[in-house]
Amino acid sequence: MSESPLRFSVVDGVGELVLQREPCNEIGSAMTGALEAWLDALDDDAVHTVIIRSSVRGGFCAGADLRELHAGLVASPEAEHAASLRAFLDRIHGVMDRIDMLPVTTIGVVHGVCFGGGFELALTCDQIIAEKSARFCFPELRLGIIPGFGGIPRLRRDVGNATIRDLLLSGRSVSAKRAHALGMIAQVVGRGEGLEAAQALAAQSGKFDPTARRAAKAFIKHLPREELAREKELFVELALRPPLLAALTKFVDSTDLRPYLP
Amino acid sequence: MSDTVHTLMALAARQFKADASALKPEQDLFEALGIDSFQAVELISELEDEFDVELPDYELQGVKTFAALAAKIDKRR
Repeated sequence: MSESPLRFSVVDGVGELVLQREPCNEIGSAMTGALEAWLDALDDDAVHTVIIRSSVRGGFCAGADLRELHAGLVASPEAEHAASLRAFLDRIHGVMDRIDMLPVTTIGVVHGVCFGGGFELALTCDQIIAEKSARFCFPELRLGIIPGFGGIPRLRRDVGNATIRDLLLSGRSVSAKRAHALGMIAQVVGRGEGLEAAQALAAQSGKFDPTARRAAKAFIKHLPREELAREKELFVELALRPPLLAALTKFVDSTDLRPYLP
Repeated sequence: MSDTVHTLMALAARQFKADASALKPEQDLFEALGIDSFQAVELISELEDEFDVELPDYELQGVKTFAALAAKIDKRR
């Protein structure tokens, strides 16, 4: 039996959700299902903070599972693509929105690759602590699509439109240091220091009055519902065009050992 | 050998525990360092930090050797 893509533990009111799917926590049906099951089982009265991190060497998360997406598209009739894409987007948006709105403090600990859907997952967290090795990127235009897991509307809550245009329209990756300067993340720490920094932050969060802590988050953090809905529609519209399947086929067929470099 | 390529190779050797004296500017850096794409992504951040530049990914397309990478860094300084 294959290992679960996630593991979760709680110590002294601090939950730790570890993404552990090789090679780099790609988000497909297995990861989505595991996140749904985790959310269903989470007792948010038993934790005041959840830390989300990755145990795989390559990074936090490389984004959507492109091989699974490709396999799904080639295995089904074209007439069914819109419905199946929409169904997957509804699921993953549901997961991302639920994490975003959890009534506990969430801390993303990021190292290495944090690309596409992985960046979008990190952006659901209340605070991101990035190790110096982290790089953030929205590479979706290279596939003929836009980010589809809600990342752009979520990021728009935090930074200016020019910053988003830079990332989205260039597809370039930026370092933890740059991401911090742009206001996208809360802290930059040394290599391998992210978890300890998150635990210290969680311990501080645990000292606060629970009602005030929850009220503060609910006061300042809202779901950009209209934009999220528009994003889903635009994603499906773009994804149904030939460039996505062509790019996915090229990715799947590639023998290049450097698929994460553009 | 330029200062940049020398510093670049020393930094890369330190990060990936390679023998700096065995590295040559015209070597393929992936092969010389034995690194994969994830490690290459990390290396870019280290280089940006070291040389105080930004290295957009699209400018690094096709860059394979230490010397070519050093030239890209120099253009950004």
